[in-house]
Amino acid sequence: MESYLNIDHVSIEFPTANGPFKALDSVNLKIDKGEFVSIIGHSGCGKSTVMNIVGGLYQATEGGVILQGKEVNEPGPDRAIVFQNHSLFPWLTAYENVEIAVKSVFKGKKSKLEMKDWIEHNIELVHMSHAKDKLPAELSGGMKQRIGIARALAMEPKVLLMDEPFGALDALTRAHLQDSLMEIQADLNNTVMMITHDVDEAVLLSDKIVMMTNGPAATIGEVLDVKLERPRHRLQLANDVQYNHYRSEVIHFLHERHARKVA
Amino acid sequence: MKDKIINMLELTGFTWFIPLIKLVTGESPKQQLQDLVKMIGIPMLAMIIFLGLWHVGAAKVVTSLGQVPGPVEVWKQASILIDEHYIEREKEVKFHERQDIRNAKKLAKDPNAEVTDRPYTGRQTYFDQILTSLWTVFVGFVIASIIAIPIGIVSGLSNTLYSALNPLIQIFKPISPLAWLPIVTIVVSAVYVSEDPMFSKSFITSAITVTLCSLWPTLINTAVGVSSIDRDLINVGRVLRLSYATTVFKIVIPSSIPMIFTGLRISLGIGWMVLIAAEMLAQNPGLGKFVWDQFQNGSSESLGRIMVAVLTIGILGFMLDRVMLTMQKFFSYDKNAVIR
Ligand SMILES: Nc1ncnc2c1ncn2[C@@H]1O[C@H](COP(=O)(O)OP(=O)(O)OP(=O)(O)O)[C@@H](O)[C@H]1O
Ligand SMILES: [Mg+2]
Repeated sequence: MESYLNIDHVSIEFPTANGPFKALDSVNLKIDKGEFVSIIGHSGCGKSTVMNIVGGLYQATEGGVILQGKEVNEPGPDRAIVFQNHSLFPWLTAYENVEIAVKSVFKGKKSKLEMKDWIEHNIELVHMSHAKDKLPAELSGGMKQRIGIARALAMEPKVLLMDEPFGALDALTRAHLQDSLMEIQADLNNTVMMITHDVDEAVLLSDKIVMMTNGPAATIGEVLDVKLERPRHRLQLANDVQYNHYRSEVIHFLHERHARKVA
Repeated sequence: MKDKIINMLELTGFTWFIPLIKLVTGESPKQQLQDLVKMIGIPMLAMIIFLGLWHVGAAKVVTSLGQVPGPVEVWKQASILIDEHYIEREKEVKFHERQDIRNAKKLAKDPNAEVTDRPYTGRQTYFDQILTSLWTVFVGFVIASIIAIPIGIVSGLSNTLYSALNPLIQIFKPISPLAWLPIVTIVVSAVYVSEDPMFSKSFITSAITVTLCSLWPTLINTAVGVSSIDRDLINVGRVLRLSYATTVFKIVIPSSIPMIFTGLRISLGIGWMVLIAAEMLAQNPGLGKFVWDQFQNGSSESLGRIMVAVLTIGILGFMLDRVMLTMQKFFSYDKNAVIR
């Protein structure tokens, strides 16, 4: 059976001053519809590069990305991206930031009123209705990221791509956003590809954890299926044997088998 | 109301008045007085010291036109120039009155008589000259901006275009207005021939010279502003598949507005400096020509009048900069950024 999203033997070389630099070597990954997949690996191994190729921002040198049977090599709203540092337009309010996406994606498909409802619905999903008329500069880091997620969700993407969406947040805010994300995920059942550095985050949120080897020429080292019941609660899981087993698997992979060479 | 006024003053950069407003409305008088001394008192003191030094220094230099005028003499010349303006305006009113009476009489005698409304052709007053200068610099600056901003945006977006234009920009940027002027004069004389010219040649020449010199800061700053836009913002636009035009208007321009205005402010400053030199040589009837005429005139009043013009030029330049600053703050999304 053909999978929903197929990253098929993707390699990429960047031209640099000292000749081509092979960042990824034959990355192969299949993701099913509604699956939540995290990618974890050491800094600089090529996680963002994988995501940028799926998002169409970079072009693979070899191989390709197939979404629902069609090759994609251009960015598009069917693969919405949540960037690490929110990337909201600083001159637009939270509402307008979502609006610009909705207007361009649903032009001619939704009426004005429907668009307004849709924008407000998505802002409500991330619990930001109270601050929808504020400018990004007036929002906290966590709030900005919520709006970034709302903007991506509002595009109704086939795949939601998130590049360390909570990386810049403090631990408490991060936990709040993870809970919100799980809630939304239970609701919408999106297909999600998320990059993270955080082992707990990966185990808590994912159906599948993809562990990458170190670069250059990084590839997928191991894939871990996380078969924990949903809904998941961080408090209950803290002492869960199964949970801790997954956790230690990932930690072992990162810190034993693929420990970062001392730079 | 009070907050509104303070907000206004902050926007326009006249922050010195804020403690005054607060004082009037009785907000912690002691603090406000201290602020007042700091913000008004100290600049005031510097001004007085400057005037004193000028007064003493000027008295020591004697030129072929007599003593270098001190502040008092310059002030006198300024009031004479103002008086001359009013006298001239009065003459104009009288002229029109007389003409109207003459025409009315003619029409009374013969309703079909042809009456002519001749315009008044009196001398240009100092204020007319100031207006001419302002109008000329405005036209030159607007033309420069209309050319520089779009080119800056396009070349900021395309590395290829930027590297193509960069050497040209670098070569043309340092050229002095005095070098442009003869070329512009000759080209304008050759190209701008019309029976009934809407603008005089000297005006066109001066304005184009201003354009040529004030193009570059806006162009460069716009290009730099555009090319340093956060990549992620552009990527958001790519994910949304925005068209080139939408990307430019919805993403590129808003995020480079601060840099564009920085360029515009520098450009206007340069344009104003260039204008005076251009007017002197092109004989455009503005402040530059005024200075030149006084210099040629060489009477005992000339030096004083030139100094009035110099101060006027400085004050107007300062005011133009304030106008741009206010616009920059108004259009900028980041109202809290400190703009100087
Ligand atoms: N545009 C590019 N040109 C040249 N080299 C690049 C480019 N983008 C990424 N690289 C290189 O590819 C490698 C992988 O980079 P990437 O940003 O994907 O890492 P990452 O896993 O996302 O790291 P981090 O966790 O720090 O975000 C790095 O060695 C980086 O230097
Ligand atoms: Mg990265």
